[in-house]
Amino acid sequence: MAEEVKMFGFWASPFSYRVELALNLKGIRYEFIEENLQNKSRSFLNYNPITKKIPVIVHNEKSIVESLVILEYIDETWKDIPLLPQDPHKRALARFWANFIDDKIMKSAHRIATSSGKEREDAIEENVENLKLLEKELAGKDFFGGNSIGYIDIAASVIAIWFEVGQEVSGIHWFTQDEHPTLWKWKTKFEQDEVVKQCCPPKYKLVEFRKMLTASGSAPK
Amino acid sequence: MADEVKLYSLSGSPFVCRAKIALNIKGIEYENMEETFGNFSADLLKYNPVYKKVPVLVHNGKAICESLVIVEYIDDVWKAVPLLPQDPHEKAIARFCAKFIDDKFIPTAFKVFGSHGDEQVIAEACEQLQLIENELKNKGTKFFGGDNINLVDLSADFIAYWLGIIEEATDIKFFTKEKFPKLTEWAYNFVECEFVKGVLPPRAPLVEFFKKRFGN
Repeated sequence: MAEEVKMFGFWASPFSYRVELALNLKGIRYEFIEENLQNKSRSFLNYNPITKKIPVIVHNEKSIVESLVILEYIDETWKDIPLLPQDPHKRALARFWANFIDDKIMKSAHRIATSSGKEREDAIEENVENLKLLEKELAGKDFFGGNSIGYIDIAASVIAIWFEVGQEVSGIHWFTQDEHPTLWKWKTKFEQDEVVKQCCPPKYKLVEFRKMLTASGSAPK
Repeated sequence: MADEVKLYSLSGSPFVCRAKIALNIKGIEYENMEETFGNFSADLLKYNPVYKKVPVLVHNGKAICESLVIVEYIDDVWKAVPLLPQDPHEKAIARFCAKFIDDKFIPTAFKVFGSHGDEQVIAEACEQLQLIENELKNKGTKFFGGDNINLVDLSADFIAYWLGIIEEATDIKFFTKEKFPKLTEWAYNFVECEFVKGVLPPRAPLVEFFKKRFGN
């Protein structure tokens, strides 16, 4: 019986990208359904009535929501090319850093984009420090996952791709080669990966989209 | 080689209690390293330099931080009495529910008390609590984990014990038996559970603590 995997996503969403990247790294075939975030489809809302957010994957008619939860589900269901380490302590660290990226790094980046004055300055300072903390976890490896892309790398894809977009549009540069040389090196290597490039939307389109959101006064996700 | 397990804790914390209950369920012996609120030890800061918070589990010298990460670690290492379902889809639902309680409901609940009972915030908290109530209702079991406590029950320990205490301290009540009958029954079963009872901090000092915190 062929497994049916559907994915509801949005081309410009870093959370959606995480899931696509994971599916592609594992070589899993799936149907991608682009959701109009201003006008969500009934079938999408049926699959995720609780948070009503993308990404959602549907596997054999069962839905899974929340990008990091989806990543773990994918890793447990398709065991080739593991994304999470086997060792329990390393797994715990992977979960810890992925949560840190979401709870701290993404939130302060969002504040940089949506605030001004002192609040923005504080958010920039916080984000610079948070990126330095994350950077230490690389500890001389090519990727957080070692020689290949793993769970933390996928979670951190927002930093590699979307931060540059945000910096270009806002003119504020907080993630730089000077401040974060190790993380910058990781970003460069990450972006050159064939699978990463394959499912990544073109940067110019992301920039255009962010400019449009900024102009319309909508806060970027 | 004997396992060395230490838990850096504050007895009044629901996040710490999650780890303690998990350790109890699995029958793991550990050394409780009680910290002082507002004056954490050098050891704790060394083991958790990122968040500088409890709980921290130190297993044979290796530190694990963040309560839900700790619970999953405990489940990964000590396999008897699983704290998560085996089926990947059921596991994903459990992880989602546990995260929902942590990332959405608990911050909203604190906003309710911090805003001195703002109507809109209470409505949001009730909406979120209703989702959790529905999940339990749909399962039709004693705990989110069925007959036994699982990751979701642990994540919800705040609802079972601390929520009522803060409601008492602030005189703001929204977690009622009328609105949330299943959760109310679940809360009673949870706090009476043998693995939970001995771990819960005394009620009266917590009421006083929250009275001061929310300026009542």
